[in-house]
Amino acid sequence: MPLRASDLLTLTREGLYCPLGRFHVDPTWPVPRALITHGHADHARSGHGSVLATPETLRIMAVRYGEDFCTTRQEARLGEAIRVGDVTVRFAPAGHVLGSAQIAIEAEGVRVVVSGDYKRARDPTCLPFEPVPCDVFITEATFGLPVFRMPDTGEEVAKLLASVALVPERAHIVGAYALGKAQRVMALLREAGYDRPIYLHGAMEKLTELYKREGLALGETPKVVAAERGQLHGAIVLCPPSAIQDLWSRKFPDPVTSFASGWMRVRARARQKGVELPLVISDHSDWPDLCRTIRETGAEEVWVTHGQEDALVHWCGLQGIRAKPLHLIGYGDDDTEAPPEPAETAA
Amino acid sequence: MNDFAHLLDRLAYEPRRNAKLRLLQDYFARTPDPERGYALAAMTGGLTFREAKPALIRGLVEERVDPTLFRLSHNYVGDLAETASLIWPGPEDPAGPGAAHLSPTGEGGPSEPGPGHNNPPPHVPTLAEVVETLAETRKADLPRHLATWLDALDETGRWALLKLVTGNLRVGVSARLAKTAVGALGGHEADAVEEVWHGLEPPYATLFAWVEGRGERPETLNPAPFRPPMLSHPIEEESDFDKLEPEAFSGEWKWDGIRVQLVGGRDRAGAQVARIYSRTGEDISGAFPDLAEAVTFTGALDGELLILREGRVQSFNVLQQRLNRKAVTGKLLDEFPAHVRAYDLLTAEGEDLRPLPFAERRARLEAFVARLDHARIDISPLVPFATWEDLAAARADPASVGAGEDADAIEGVMLKRLNSAYLPGRPKGPWWKWKREPHLVDAVMMYAQRGHGKRSSFYSDYTFGVWREGPEGGPELVPVGKAYHGFTDAELAKLDRYVRNHTTKRFGPVREVEYGPDRGLVLEIAFEGVQRSTRHKSGVAMRFPRVSRIRWDKPAAEADRIELLERILARGEREIAPGATLIGEDT
Repeated sequence: MPLRASDLLTLTREGLYCPLGRFHVDPTWPVPRALITHGHADHARSGHGSVLATPETLRIMAVRYGEDFCTTRQEARLGEAIRVGDVTVRFAPAGHVLGSAQIAIEAEGVRVVVSGDYKRARDPTCLPFEPVPCDVFITEATFGLPVFRMPDTGEEVAKLLASVALVPERAHIVGAYALGKAQRVMALLREAGYDRPIYLHGAMEKLTELYKREGLALGETPKVVAAERGQLHGAIVLCPPSAIQDLWSRKFPDPVTSFASGWMRVRARARQKGVELPLVISDHSDWPDLCRTIRETGAEEVWVTHGQEDALVHWCGLQGIRAKPLHLIGYGDDDTEAPPEPAETAA
Repeated sequence: MNDFAHLLDRLAYEPRRNAKLRLLQDYFARTPDPERGYALAAMTGGLTFREAKPALIRGLVEERVDPTLFRLSHNYVGDLAETASLIWPGPEDPAGPGAAHLSPTGEGGPSEPGPGHNNPPPHVPTLAEVVETLAETRKADLPRHLATWLDALDETGRWALLKLVTGNLRVGVSARLAKTAVGALGGHEADAVEEVWHGLEPPYATLFAWVEGRGERPETLNPAPFRPPMLSHPIEEESDFDKLEPEAFSGEWKWDGIRVQLVGGRDRAGAQVARIYSRTGEDISGAFPDLAEAVTFTGALDGELLILREGRVQSFNVLQQRLNRKAVTGKLLDEFPAHVRAYDLLTAEGEDLRPLPFAERRARLEAFVARLDHARIDISPLVPFATWEDLAAARADPASVGAGEDADAIEGVMLKRLNSAYLPGRPKGPWWKWKREPHLVDAVMMYAQRGHGKRSSFYSDYTFGVWREGPEGGPELVPVGKAYHGFTDAELAKLDRYVRNHTTKRFGPVREVEYGPDRGLVLEIAFEGVQRSTRHKSGVAMRFPRVSRIRWDKPAAEADRIELLERILARGEREIAPGATLIGEDT
C-alpha cells in the first residue's frame, strides 16, 4: 500500500506528530523530540528532550529560556537533507523572522511541508521564503481573509517619520513584538535614513543584541532608562504591544501611541487598542500571498493550522484543491510574549 | 480624493483637538479650490446628493469577489464600507483587477493579467469631481461611476468614498473646528467665519479668498443669518463676588432649556424667511415649525427654547421628549408646544444692536417683544437685587422671588454687566452664570474604564452604584451612572492606582473593582438632576454626573441608597425616552 500523507504527519494532543520519524513539529507541550520552525514563544517552548532547528532559532531559544532549554540540540542547515527515524527532513527559509524555516518531511516519494508562520513580503532581517514543491502543504492563516492585503512597508515607516516631523515635541511609542517585528521596524527605519537612536523597552534588549550579533546593522539602540523617559521629546521608542497602554508609557512626553502589526489593517482593531498611529506591518502572509504560495507549491492538499481558516479552505475548494482546517490551539497568541516590567507596577 | 481620505483617516485616530486643528490647517493651506471647499462642506454637513444604498455596494463587490469570501470578510470586519474598500481589487493590487485570489471563478491571476493591466493607470478622481458628478448623476448611472472611482482610488480613498456616498461620513471633527481651521488661514477667529457662513455655498471659494486676503469679505446673501452667541463664565463664589459691584449688573433667571437664536428677514422677492439656530449655529427650524411661525419680524432674538403648558414652563425632562423625536407630528406639537423666552436682541429692522450696552438692548428688547405680541415669545424677567445676598436668596429659592411655578425649570441666575456690548464667544467679565447647588450622592465605584487620548493609559471613567434591597433581602449595589471628570490630575493618578490595585475582573478595557459592604471606594457624585431610564438597571439616569470628592475615608456601607435618587426623581418626574441626547444644553 502506498504511503499516505497521514502516515507522515498526524495530529496529537501536543500538536503535529510524525509517526515514521517519531518527532513533533512545534509542539505546545514538552515532548522527547521536537522540530522547531521558528523562535516565537507559541511555536518554540522549553523543556523538550532533543530539539532540531536552524542555528539562529536555537540561539533565540537559548536567549529566551537559558542554555538548558532542552537536553540535546541539533543544528539544521538550510537545504540539507537530514535523516530522522524513517523519514528525511529538509529545512527551507520561511521569511517570517530571523532563523524561521519551513520543514519538508519526505518518505517514499511523498512530501509534506510544514510552513510554520511565513511571509512573502521583503524583510531585511531574514532570508526570503522559498516555495518547496510538495503533495501536502500545511499553512497558517493568521490573515486568511481577502481584506488583508498588506501595504508596502516603506510607506508605513514613512507615516511614522512624517508624524515625528509633524509633532517633534512628542515621543512616539511603537508597539512591536519583541522577536522579529521590533528588529524589522528598526531595520526599515535605518533603510529610510533615520539615524538617531532608537530607544528600546527592556523586554526587547536581549533579542535585539542577538540580531546584532547575527550581523544586522540596527544602529544605536539604547535601553530606555526610567529617569530619562520624560526627556525623550521626538524620540522613537519600541516596546512590546502590552506596554503601549501600561504605566510604563505614561512618563514619556505627550506620547503618540503607535502599533506595528498586520491587525492594524482593520480600523476597528486599531481603535480597540487605542492606537493613534497604526502601522500596517505584518510578519505573516497576507491573503494574496497565501493564495499565491499554495499555488506555487503545487500541493494537491492543504491543511490549515490556525487563524482565519474558513475563507482559505473555501478558496482552496474554488481552486479544486482539497483543504481542511486543523484547528490547532495554542498558536497565534504572540502578544503574551511581552512581560510587563516588574518595577512598573506601582509607578 | 485620496488626499482628503488620508486626512479623514488621520483625524479619526487623533484624539487631541490641537493636533486635529494642525492637520486641518495644513490640509486647507496646501489644497487648491474647489477641492478644499468640498472637503470643508463634507466636514460641516453641507453636501447633498443622491446616496447609495448598502445593497448597491454589496452588489458591486460581488461582481468582483466571491460572495462567500466577501461574507466571511464582512463578518470579520463588521463595517460594510471598510470591508468593501479593503477587498476591492484596486490599483495597488499587483495582480490588477480580477485577480485569481478574489474572483468567483478562480480565473485570471498573475500569469493572466486582468483587463486594464497594460492600460495607463486609471484617472484618480478629486473630491470635487466626485461631489459634482454625484449631484447630477441619475440613479442608473451611479453604479458605473462608483466602480470607476473605486478602481482608481487607494484603500483609504475607497473607504472615504464609500462612507461619503452612503451618508455615513463621520469625520471626528466638529463643524466649529473646521471653521476654526479655515479662519486660521488668515488669522481670523472662528466667529468671524461663522458670521459670514450662512448664505455661503460649497465650495466656498469666496470664503477662502477672503481669509487668504485675496478677496472682499463675502456679503452674506442669507436674509436670516446666524450670529455667534455671547457665552458666560461660571462664577467662583469665593473669589469673584468680592471683585464685582452689584449695581453694575442686571440679574435674570438661568432657564433650563436650550439656547436658540430666532432670526427673521425678507429674501429678495420680499418673502419672509424664518430661522431657528442652536447655539452652535445649526439650523433647527425644521424641528420647530410651531416656533418658526412666530418669526414674523425682521431681526434676531437670543433666548431660551422651553416647553410651556398653560403658561407654565416645563422641566428639561419634558423638553427632551420633544428634542429626541425624528418626526415632527401634529400630536408632538400639541403635547409639547415650543416657546422662546427672549433675553437679548441682536438686530432689529436691519440695525445691528450688538455694540449697544446691555441696558439699552434690554429696553429695545422689551419694546420689540411687546410690539410683536406673540403667544410663543415672551420676555425673560429680570431678577431685582441690591446686594449679592439678595441674589443668593433668589437663587436658592426662585419661587419666592417671582418665578412662581416656573421655579423647577430654573437652574440658577445669570449676571449681565449693564454697560457691556454683545460680544461673540466667551469674554471674561461681562456675563456670569451662577448655577444652583448640584445634587450630591455618595456612591461606590464598581467599574473603571480606560480613557482616550492623553488619558488612554489611565482608568479615568468610573461606573458607580448605590445600595438597594437585593432580590434575596440583603443590600446590593446597583450601577446608577458613570463619571469621568471632576478630579485633578493628581487625584486621577491616585484613582488609577486604586483601580489597578483593586481589580477583580477584566473585560477588555474595563475593569471591575472590589466593592461590597466592607470594601470599596466611595465617590461623592455631583449631578444636575435625575431622569427615569429604561436603559439602566436601576431605572434612573443622572444628568451631568461628575466626581465632586473622593471619599477615601468613608466606608462603602455608608454610601447612599437608591431611594435618595428616587426622591429627586419624584420631584421633577416626567417619563423620558431612553438614550436621550442633549443638544445645546451648556450655556
